[in-house]
Amino acid sequence: MVSLAAKDDIASILALVKDPEIPVLSVADLGIIRRIETGEDGHLTVVITPTYSGCPATEVIEADIANMLKLHGITDFTIRTEISPAWTTDWITTEGRRKLEEYGIAPPASKGKAALLGHEEVICPQCKSRNTELVSEFGSTACKAQYKCRDCLEPFDYFKCV
Amino acid sequence: MTDQKMHFDYLLRLGDNSLILGQRLAEWCGHAPMLEEDLALTNIGLDLLGQARMLLAYAGEVEGKGRDEDRLAFHRDTMAWRNLLLLEQPNGDFAHTMARQLFFDAFQYQQFAGLCSSSDERLAGIAAKSLKEITYHRRHSTDWVIRLGDGTEESHERMQRAVDSLWGYVPEMFDMDAVDDAMVAAGIGVDVAALRGEWDRYIDEVFAEATLSRPEDSWSVRGSREGKHSEHLGYLLAEMQFLPRAYPDAKW
Repeated sequence: MVSLAAKDDIASILALVKDPEIPVLSVADLGIIRRIETGEDGHLTVVITPTYSGCPATEVIEADIANMLKLHGITDFTIRTEISPAWTTDWITTEGRRKLEEYGIAPPASKGKAALLGHEEVICPQCKSRNTELVSEFGSTACKAQYKCRDCLEPFDYFKCV
Repeated sequence: MTDQKMHFDYLLRLGDNSLILGQRLAEWCGHAPMLEEDLALTNIGLDLLGQARMLLAYAGEVEGKGRDEDRLAFHRDTMAWRNLLLLEQPNGDFAHTMARQLFFDAFQYQQFAGLCSSSDERLAGIAAKSLKEITYHRRHSTDWVIRLGDGTEESHERMQRAVDSLWGYVPEMFDMDAVDDAMVAAGIGVDVAALRGEWDRYIDEVFAEATLSRPEDSWSVRGSREGKHSEHLGYLLAEMQFLPRAYPDAKW
């Protein structure tokens, strides 16, 4: 039987689950946790969202969340995936954006249509120059594009806007 | 056909389109002209595979016969597939792959934009999620068709040849049959025949910038909605379905 842990406690447990492809980020930083629901009977439901439709990390994340909950003695739970409204990079937290940049991945640019149309301003995570150039809109994972910096000449990943 | 069967058929068409094109793009893995394109084509293929999973899983539930997305993907023979003929055509050279991709991306962008307001909320959710990805796909194929068309003499000639050779597969995308009509009437589906004008405008703009000539409407093929496919689909399925057919019920 599960102890009736407060939602805050559950949230702090979930914050320990890292994204398998960008391990500096937690699933909470990425905005993957939609809701935490606790029933009167103590049953816990964690509602998550996939990032990209075909992202292979989604299933790993689900398994990691289950393991982390079990590790903290919670066994009476369900993890459910909802796709609507569609995940957006706007849900990445301020903390998440800071961690991305420190890790060497440029965080997604400003919100709005300009970004989706490909007119975003991308800042080099190494030298902070704005003088950067798109190499390819597709990168090592579904969520990243490849850029290079014209000033420090370093190639870098950009977490693209969706 | 019952409403339920038509709903299933409609979802199957959408899911099959994504899966078959995704499989074709996966064939480029390790073979693309440069590393960035290898990543791009497989990324786009992965997005399409993700769409296919959502659509086929839903189709299976609507059908109600206990078929999940894997059962639908790996245990159907050629005649049971409902993907557009365009999408099963072989990759050819990079220009052929980009022409096929542009034609479909431009179509799918409009189709899924329409599906976002479907009365079927689950389908609308899948469409809204996919549309963000399709926006990237369309920009990618558009850029390449322009770059190759307005490139060197060699790239221009090959891009034109690709566009010419796939042009006859375009009209099928905009066909409507009884299932489409019923789905439009129910507020679930999109009237694809009405999308042709906007598709033509988009493609004509790309052709103009790419210095490509719009091909003559001299021939066309159709039949996928009745399961009549080109010979290419059989070979594709033979490869895609090999493992679950050879080792039924194999698990990771």
